[in-house]
Amino acid sequence: MAQGVLISNPSVVPAQPHARDHNHPHPIARNSGRALEMDWVDEIRINLSAAERRVASLPGRRTVKKDAQAAWLLKAITCIDLTTLNGDDTAERVKRLCAKAKAPLRSDLLEALGFAGRGLRTGAICVYHRFVATAVEALDGYDIPVAAVSTGFPAGLVPHDLKLKEIEASVRDGAQEIDIVITREHVLTGDWRALYAEVRDFRTACGDAHLKTILATGDLKTLRNVAKASMVCMMAGADFIKTSTGKEGVNATLPVTLAMLRMIRVYEERTGFKIGFKPAGGISTAKDVLNYQFLMKEELGRDWLEPDLFRVGASSLLADIERQLEHHVTGRYSAFNRHPVG
Amino acid sequence: MSIAHYYETMDYGPAPEADGEARAWLKRHDTTFGHFIAGKFVAPASGKHLTTIEPATGKTLAKIAQGIAADVEAAVGAARSAQSSWAKLGGHGRARHLYALARMLQRHARLFAVLEAIDNGKPIRETRDLDVPLAARHFLYHAGWAQLQEREFADHVPVGVIGQIIPWNFPLLMLAWKIAPALATGNMVVLKPAEFTSLTALLFAELAAEAGLPPGVLNVVTGDGATGALLAENPGVDKIAFTGSTEVGRLIRQSTAGTGKSLTLELGGKSPFIVFDDADIDGAVEGVVDAIWFNQGQVCCAGSRLLLQEGIAETFRKRLIRRMETLRVGPPLDKAIDMGAVVAPVQLERIKALVETGVKEGAERYQAPGEIPAEGCFYPPTLLWNVHPSSTVAIEEIFGPVLVAMTFRTPDEAVMLANNTRYGLAASVWSETIGLALDIAPKLQAGVVWVNATNLFDASVGFGGYRESGFGREGGREGLYEYLKPKAWTGRRARAKVPPPAAASTDGAGFGTPSIDRTAKLFVGGKQVRPDGNYSRAVLSPKGRHLGEAGEGNRKDIRNAVAAARSAEGWARATTHNRAQILYYLAENLSARGDEFAKRIGDMTGASPAKARAEVEASIERLFSYGAWADKYEGTIHAPPLRGVALAMHEPIGVVGVACPDEAPLLGFISLVAPLIAMGNRVVAVPSERHPLAATDFYQVLETSDVPAGVVNIVTGERDALARVLAEHDDVDALWVFGSPEASTAAERLSVGNLKRTLVDHGLALDWYDRAASEGPILLRHAVQVKNIWIPYGD
Repeated sequence: MAQGVLISNPSVVPAQPHARDHNHPHPIARNSGRALEMDWVDEIRINLSAAERRVASLPGRRTVKKDAQAAWLLKAITCIDLTTLNGDDTAERVKRLCAKAKAPLRSDLLEALGFAGRGLRTGAICVYHRFVATAVEALDGYDIPVAAVSTGFPAGLVPHDLKLKEIEASVRDGAQEIDIVITREHVLTGDWRALYAEVRDFRTACGDAHLKTILATGDLKTLRNVAKASMVCMMAGADFIKTSTGKEGVNATLPVTLAMLRMIRVYEERTGFKIGFKPAGGISTAKDVLNYQFLMKEELGRDWLEPDLFRVGASSLLADIERQLEHHVTGRYSAFNRHPVG
Repeated sequence: MSIAHYYETMDYGPAPEADGEARAWLKRHDTTFGHFIAGKFVAPASGKHLTTIEPATGKTLAKIAQGIAADVEAAVGAARSAQSSWAKLGGHGRARHLYALARMLQRHARLFAVLEAIDNGKPIRETRDLDVPLAARHFLYHAGWAQLQEREFADHVPVGVIGQIIPWNFPLLMLAWKIAPALATGNMVVLKPAEFTSLTALLFAELAAEAGLPPGVLNVVTGDGATGALLAENPGVDKIAFTGSTEVGRLIRQSTAGTGKSLTLELGGKSPFIVFDDADIDGAVEGVVDAIWFNQGQVCCAGSRLLLQEGIAETFRKRLIRRMETLRVGPPLDKAIDMGAVVAPVQLERIKALVETGVKEGAERYQAPGEIPAEGCFYPPTLLWNVHPSSTVAIEEIFGPVLVAMTFRTPDEAVMLANNTRYGLAASVWSETIGLALDIAPKLQAGVVWVNATNLFDASVGFGGYRESGFGREGGREGLYEYLKPKAWTGRRARAKVPPPAAASTDGAGFGTPSIDRTAKLFVGGKQVRPDGNYSRAVLSPKGRHLGEAGEGNRKDIRNAVAAARSAEGWARATTHNRAQILYYLAENLSARGDEFAKRIGDMTGASPAKARAEVEASIERLFSYGAWADKYEGTIHAPPLRGVALAMHEPIGVVGVACPDEAPLLGFISLVAPLIAMGNRVVAVPSERHPLAATDFYQVLETSDVPAGVVNIVTGERDALARVLAEHDDVDALWVFGSPEASTAAERLSVGNLKRTLVDHGLALDWYDRAASEGPILLRHAVQVKNIWIPYGD
């Protein structure tokens, strides 16, 4: 392998375990990032039709039924970044969401599923910076991290120094995860060095908070762009790579997911670091999320079904999962109004 | 297993498909079936049944009738009685029936899918998502051809009663591939499904009758290989279409030789899966899964030989082995598996034995580590690494979930290794460089090439092999011709036998100045050569006058001519413009010597000067015609339902032997040789035995017309004997025999060595002056083989 192009000090961020870890006996080592290796970017080949065939056949190859399905959906709940990212968000709206994060499922259902007292929670709450403090306070005493979208979300076109300040402010307010957006122009013009430098700065600004890099794959268009951007973000120190803001014309899709997961796999092969994945936008049914879970398990393995390596950015998914779980318990199809909203 | 357990392990758990409906159908028939003849189930004449098992459990599933000659006879008779009514129905009427069959399959899709999975052992995912929808698509597509037949195939008629013998790997899909085009074009069918997997064919026949298909149009006779042989040999059958092993294909070629039955064979393969270093490696790894772990690897076109460019071989190996870890083998009705059961214990044993041989011969074995059911015919996905072209497992078709891998250095070497096989069914090419992929595809000896894909099938795209993978195409317009025959050939009559002239006594020429001796030689590799045996034979006029001598060619001359033709491979790559120019040039040079040729024809055949001149003129015109066709007999672009295209390319067959008839010694010769060379083939021609001198004179025209050495070779002598040598020569790709019925029979029978494509006239004379019967696509179709190159695209 040729020598990498050194953009900045490759080990500015010390590797440390993830802060929270309920499910893994061994904490996952945090990605330290590394020097930008242009070979790792240039060699990327991805064939759209082949990727589409893989994801098209997967729902036929994998399915879960009955108890297994209930278990997978419960697991999915723990991976949801319960999200509100709207112009009309208010503190009370955010508090309501936090209450749902603490009690995502009706207690009688938890009981019936044998999960009473297990403290089932969503993966995180995801809000704009303005509501980080509100959420942190609302979740006080619960082990539910608050994620802040940042860096001029969703377009990411504010000045770079303001982006860094925004991250720092959210971290100060108690955000444990920062969902940044990349500058799409860097990808569309193939300026991988600029992308690397940008994300590297974001990572430094995050400190101990986890960095989730949103690629806005709907803007990047080709799987090649998506895969290359994924690789650059991981080299720059991303803890998670995330598909979308939810605001692009096209949000998370299975082919895009496949492209990103394969990059996560290669990155792990080469560095030993496990990077998390977060699809966001458009995943609104239990069936949808199961297909993402299958792809995670098939492409990356069991570890990637837990919230420290898998999150789903979603606002209405939980409601559908609740209905499906009620059906599992009662054998009757349920209705949305039977489950408390967030 | 509790929810909490699954929550911890995140295992998939069982996901069984219900099989109640399929079992109920079996029960309705008391799990015992007769043949389906003339619209209803009938008890087997022998009273005997075979047992069919469920491969996943080894348990008896049903009893199927063992067909004997009387059953075959009854089915063929029923088919024949349906002929006139079925023809009278017309294209639109048949289109309605085919449409109804497509809808019937869709209506009962799950029943077919479940029954197929139980009977064959393949996963319900495949039967549900591939076999059944593709089968329905086949009927819908061919309903369209029935609708268009009178317009698009006005110069063709149906063949008649078609005997179809299908394999056990895709029982319903192969049924569809066989019967849809046959019925659409107005033929009647007697289908013999494989003995392991006859149930979906019986269900289909039953439901087809319920859907209104008239009695006798489709008949199903079940039984073992002996039943198939009886069908192939039945004199009431006009054509046999067979899919199965190359061994059985050979037997059928032999048993049908000389009967006038037409034949298509879709046989085995050892298809290469070529990955270049600029490929999407993960995509290609996934392609391997679809290539060799689809249908337990029991796929004739399975990409079973993995060819990896050296630089990526190790990366590929690691990723492939990692991918194998997640493959799940399990009961066919489980909806969360990748592979089900192998079809039968005998097949399982064969796979095991071949893998052991591979390992003994030095291969490293990797197998998917996942659990495998203890009972039933299961075999894990297997990779044999470090296999060399000379290993048994690199040569033999395993027909199981076993991939063999080897490396190559350059694109040329990839092509060489890919083509280093007797087979030629399919190939898969993986590269993200369009120039490379599209350069390699035409160089592969295979009827189907998938670029960055594998195992794609559609009714609109012809499927079929090169070489010993068989001949004929299924699907697309190209597949329709297999079930049609040219109207212009239907009225042919047996060639009249003309006794050879007795040699008249020669008085000597006296003391006048003699003409300069002109000894005809053979023409091999662009050179005039003496025959190997150095004998010659007298050429006499009809009255017995001695006209000259022609070389007595023998086996070795044929060998030399074939070698010369083989090395003239560049002709296949010459531009069509270039080939057209040379054909026009041949016409020009023949025209310049027209008088001489006319005199020669007159002397040899006794034709009047006007008639002889007419033959020369017709020959010149024919050369012009093929000059014209050379750059116009093009392939087509199919539009299967995917984002991409399939290019149906017309490729030359290769080295073609031609035995020419005695009538029209020049025109017959030109009419056969010209279409072949126009399409890029190289020819070894055996001219009219009685009148060879027009052809030998012609080599001087060849010499003056820039025809590259080896493109046309001429060996004179005892025609039928030389044709036999050509038939037995395994480096001759096709053989055209026009002459005696015995020669046709011998050509077909002896062609089995390498399963060459044969075009024979069974002793029925063609009118070489009738353009409809003897010029253009009617022969060009036999001068090419269709290669379909699938090119999915997108970025």
